Amino acid sequence: MEWDWAFVREIMPTLLEGLKITILATILGAIVAAVVGLFLAIARRSPNPLVSRPVGFIADFIRGTPLLVQLYFIFYVLPDIGIRLSPLIAGVIGLGVHYGTYTAEVYRAGIDNVPRGQWEAARATNLSIRQAWIHVVLPQAIPPMIPALANYFIAMFKETPLLSAITVLELMNQAKSVANSSYRYIEPMTLVGVFFLVISLISVVALRFLEERFARVDER
Amino acid sequence: MIDWSGYIGLILQGALVTIELTVMGSALALVMAFVAGLGRLSRFTAVRTLATVYIEFFRGTSIFVQLFWAYFVLPFAGITLTPLQAGVLALGLNVGAYGAEVVRGAVRAIGREQHEACVALNLGRYHRMRHVILPQALPLMLPTFGNNAIELLKGTAVVSLISLTDMTFQAQVVRAQTGSTLIPFTAILVLYFAMATAISAGVGWLERRASRGLDGMRV
Repeated sequence: MEWDWAFVREIMPTLLEGLKITILATILGAIVAAVVGLFLAIARRSPNPLVSRPVGFIADFIRGTPLLVQLYFIFYVLPDIGIRLSPLIAGVIGLGVHYGTYTAEVYRAGIDNVPRGQWEAARATNLSIRQAWIHVVLPQAIPPMIPALANYFIAMFKETPLLSAITVLELMNQAKSVANSSYRYIEPMTLVGVFFLVISLISVVALRFLEERFARVDER
Repeated sequence: MIDWSGYIGLILQGALVTIELTVMGSALALVMAFVAGLGRLSRFTAVRTLATVYIEFFRGTSIFVQLFWAYFVLPFAGITLTPLQAGVLALGLNVGAYGAEVVRGAVRAIGREQHEACVALNLGRYHRMRHVILPQALPLMLPTFGNNAIELLKGTAVVSLISLTDMTFQAQVVRAQTGSTLIPFTAILVLYFAMATAISAGVGWLERRASRGLDGMRV
């Protein structure tokens, strides 16, 4: 079968419609992952083992199991106990929580990199634990982590096609429905690949920029 | 009350397919990682470019898209793959691209003086790699290889979408037949986690083995 440019033009609007949902899911997922990761990282450092142990186990469990199955779990099991979510919301929660366990590790490394002296100084100047976190530790810990976090968000972007399995009409799903109705697979599937490749390559350039900007904080 | 015994068998059959995919995918990924990783360090520009294109292409698009491409588009080019072949191919090539960067990083982490000592001892390029550089680089690669193998295991769930009867697919069958959602999905989550734990334990053992005799080295 030959590549058909007329068909490409015809399906382009549908695919772009899907691309919008893909990007929306990535951005919302990134926000959820950034917040969930921070809470997981702080909870894992808790001095109370009744908090840190279970949180650590849950994070390891989520990281060791496939995102697809977790999406099924959210999409099929939660309605049985009365929590009904739209496919997109279920997808964003799935992506956000899954990648939250990864970003938690980034936060943990970043927090460990803040010198002990900063903690001691914060405590010595009579800041509460909350104030020490918000005003002293996190502002120093977060900028060097930004490139690593961005890396995971690019990885998350590449996982969004999984949302098509729970009926979110994102890029992959639009391509599949186009392919199934016209029985032409070459153009839609290849275009999806091209879209992902182009956006990933642009993000890699953006990532290099972030690395230049943030990774060498201590050299400034 | 549902009789679960038949369904347990179904899920275990799926678990076998998942294990099979993971093992074959990892084998392909390992080969690709070394071929592309060492290719990127080649002295020939053509080999370096080829390896770079392979790595960037497979890391830049998602495993899901690659799998669908292998399964739905390749037949139009005259290459028809069974779901299992498509799954192993896509998983192996995808994870291999990530592994290649690990190989490259580990080889480059071995100090210059090791290379220089090899040249001084008149070892050829092959022997330098085989007997001096790789034995030292391997312990550096193993932890990340373990993580990659777990990523591959998690990636196998995606093959259920091209009708391969892996664990995730069977859980969907059980859901469709019984209407129960909690039990099949929880069961396979636990099984996936058990497999991931087994992989990290296995890699931990390999790591201890590979670094045997390297005491006093800065590994």
